Amino acid sequence: MLEYLLSFLILAGALFTFVGSLGLARLRDFYTRLHGPTKASTLGVGCLLIASALFFSTRSEGISLHEVLVTLFLFITAPISAHLLAKAALHLGLTSLAPPPEDKPRR
Amino acid sequence: MRHRLLPHPLLTLVLVGIWLLLNNTFAPGHVVLGLILGWAIPMFTVRFWPERVSINRPLLLLRFIAVVLWDIVVANLAVAWLIVGRPQSLRPAFLAVPLVLKSDLAIGLLANTICLTPGTVSAQLSEDRRFLLVHALDAADGDAVIAEIKRRYEQPLKEVFESC
Amino acid sequence: MLTVALSIAFVLVGAAVVLSAWRLLRGPSAPDRILALDTLYINAIALLVLLGIHLGSALYFEAALLIAMMGFVGTVALCKYLLRGDIIE
Repeated sequence: MLEYLLSFLILAGALFTFVGSLGLARLRDFYTRLHGPTKASTLGVGCLLIASALFFSTRSEGISLHEVLVTLFLFITAPISAHLLAKAALHLGLTSLAPPPEDKPRR
Repeated sequence: MRHRLLPHPLLTLVLVGIWLLLNNTFAPGHVVLGLILGWAIPMFTVRFWPERVSINRPLLLLRFIAVVLWDIVVANLAVAWLIVGRPQSLRPAFLAVPLVLKSDLAIGLLANTICLTPGTVSAQLSEDRRFLLVHALDAADGDAVIAEIKRRYEQPLKEVFESC
Repeated sequence: MLTVALSIAFVLVGAAVVLSAWRLLRGPSAPDRILALDTLYINAIALLVLLGIHLGSALYFEAALLIAMMGFVGTVALCKYLLRGDIIE
């Protein structure tokens, strides 16, 4: 039973990581590309880390929770990177598929 | 006096939690060491934390976290589907979300939440802190997305951190 | 069961690394390349975690944690550079 759960988590995590990078390679302008890695990759790695916590908790002596720390750290930092990247792209005036904001709020 | 000795009780708790997780143990010795660090670090860095965080309604905060975690999973399935589907049919848009939040912490949390949830990335906070510029991956109806953000995320955050 | 899942996961994450590297080499603008680097370090964490499960050793978490922290700091520094033309003000 546990093995099925672990396999499911690992496969889901790897699939999300892959889809995130696929979005990075496939979409057509920078702002849409930004969505793939920040969401899919973060959740993918989160799934993998939870699978790892489960694996080591059930396998050896004692529970193992420090993977939670990496997960939390990623979930806090990924949006910050995305926000800064979007800000930098707006600052550089990259072309986008969306109509750019008219009354562009200055920083 | 209490403010001098224990300036940020919440930060202390978080630091103890991080210390225990980092060492991957709940041994009494590490709990004591964690408590010492959790007491000393906020006291010596008190100048970096001018704002005193207070949580008004902890239960609502827990509910908010649950909602966000659920939304992260749903959002990822949606975004994955959009990426695997036809990229040509995406309708990306920039949206300006008017803010009613005032404090740094609440605005930061809102921006973080927006980044993690359905097809939106927060891009810029206007100078006067009244608008948050958001990029949506697939927004057929921009106003609906804005209303959803305000109802689902901004409202609880306001109640938790700013009900005065 | 677990071994098969791990093998498939290794292939998928490896493909993700290749796609990110392609964007890193091609990416028309500087933010594109930074985003590709950001994705690459997240993929590296995924690979390390998978390797840890595969080898049954918990030694790889410190490395994963360090990569997460350094990658984040690197991304922020590069973005700051693009925004201001300077890192330390």
